[in-house]
Amino acid sequence: MLAILDYDAGNIESVRLALRHVGGDPVFVRDAAEAAKADRIVFPGVGSAAQCMTNLKARGFDSLLREAVARGTPVLAICIGMQLLFDSSAEDGGVAALGILPGTVKRFIPDAPKTKVPHMGWNTVAMPTPHPLLPDAREPDAFYFVHSYYAQPADPGVVYGTADYCGLAFTAMAGTGSLFAAQFHPEKSGPAGLDILRRFLQWDGRPC
Amino acid sequence: MLMKRLIICLDIRGGMVTKGVKFVGNQDVGDPVSLAHKYYEQGVDEMVFYDITASAENRPIDIDMVRRVAEQIFIPFTVGGGLGSLADMRAALLAGADKVSLNSLAVSQPDIIRQGAREFGNQCIVLGLDAKRRPNDARFPSGCEVVVRGGRTPTGLDVVEWAKRAVDLGAGEITLNSIDADGARDGYDNDITAAVARAVTVPVIASGGAGTVEHLRDAFVIGCADAALIASMAHIDGRSPLDLKRELVSMGIHMRL
Repeated sequence: MLAILDYDAGNIESVRLALRHVGGDPVFVRDAAEAAKADRIVFPGVGSAAQCMTNLKARGFDSLLREAVARGTPVLAICIGMQLLFDSSAEDGGVAALGILPGTVKRFIPDAPKTKVPHMGWNTVAMPTPHPLLPDAREPDAFYFVHSYYAQPADPGVVYGTADYCGLAFTAMAGTGSLFAAQFHPEKSGPAGLDILRRFLQWDGRPC
Repeated sequence: MLMKRLIICLDIRGGMVTKGVKFVGNQDVGDPVSLAHKYYEQGVDEMVFYDITASAENRPIDIDMVRRVAEQIFIPFTVGGGLGSLADMRAALLAGADKVSLNSLAVSQPDIIRQGAREFGNQCIVLGLDAKRRPNDARFPSGCEVVVRGGRTPTGLDVVEWAKRAVDLGAGEITLNSIDADGARDGYDNDITAAVARAVTVPVIASGGAGTVEHLRDAFVIGCADAALIASMAHIDGRSPLDLKRELVSMGIHMRL
């Protein structure tokens, strides 16, 4: 079963439609017992960090995600799903997050008219690390981002790709083992994003 | 590096995409879902769907259309028109829209911006702002007044002041439409676009007046716009978004190809 974690965090319908488009048969899952049966998990999210963490814990998805990653179940985290994997986020005055990846989450500082927050639009992602979910691209691909916070991993080994926003290089993709996380929205990134989703459906959970 | 965006706007009347041409009236150009799919395949970066008769007909936005669009295109899209409440906004977002655009409603009930941003996140709330030139009028230091209902109703609000207030309330993006330039195909109003882009910390989309690829370039370079919105160039002239973006890239604009 391909599970999309439903914890009342924004627009998950787009993720479902995109996964269906590339041949998946995703189901929305609202409790951890059900999600534990999944052989593939998508952890999406739009919303504020504090609210998302509260909802995640209420459904037992915090332990579920830790266990899934430890077991080697393929997990794809998207946007705030990626941010919540780190130790903490500066959003909402500071929130303790899942601690699956080491590091923190910080806010972009606006500086009009150049640096707008949210960072919204298409940005190129350099992919220095080969990964089964990524094409062997010589040219960086563009993906769609919309976020005001960005992850600062404490271990460069978990960084899979970076993007540049007005001179600040931030983590656009991260992961470890069977966990792959994207700050951008693959479900909204046209053919390049659908390609990642398609690869995720086939992925055995090994990072190389 | 963040790219400039090319956005196609689809105005929908009676289930069909329509294009108003100044002094000429409206012309039907096709079915919204099939046009959306065509433009998606042609590499447009984003789309906006305005149900332009929903408010006048006192009905909510066509949710079934939103759902069918979401099944076909895998890029962000915004919907507007016929959003009278948080419940309407939620229905549009749950159907697969990424953002909702608030225009007249935001002026009459500014608190809807704050409520929407709190409920769905700032990034979901786009302020649609129609600007009308009011030169030499001390009430409007930016030189433009906010107007609503297709430009027919003045609000007494200065464009830059209203843009700043809307961002303070929680708007995550502004579509700045020049009523004077709209449909004239003589270029965007880059002065007011730049004034707003410098005054706020959220992305600004230039709208109204595009006729040539140079107009698009100028919106980015002179108007400091983060994105440019077109309609006639796609619907009437049949210019493919990818071709337009290739030309813009050759002019030094950073865009997704």
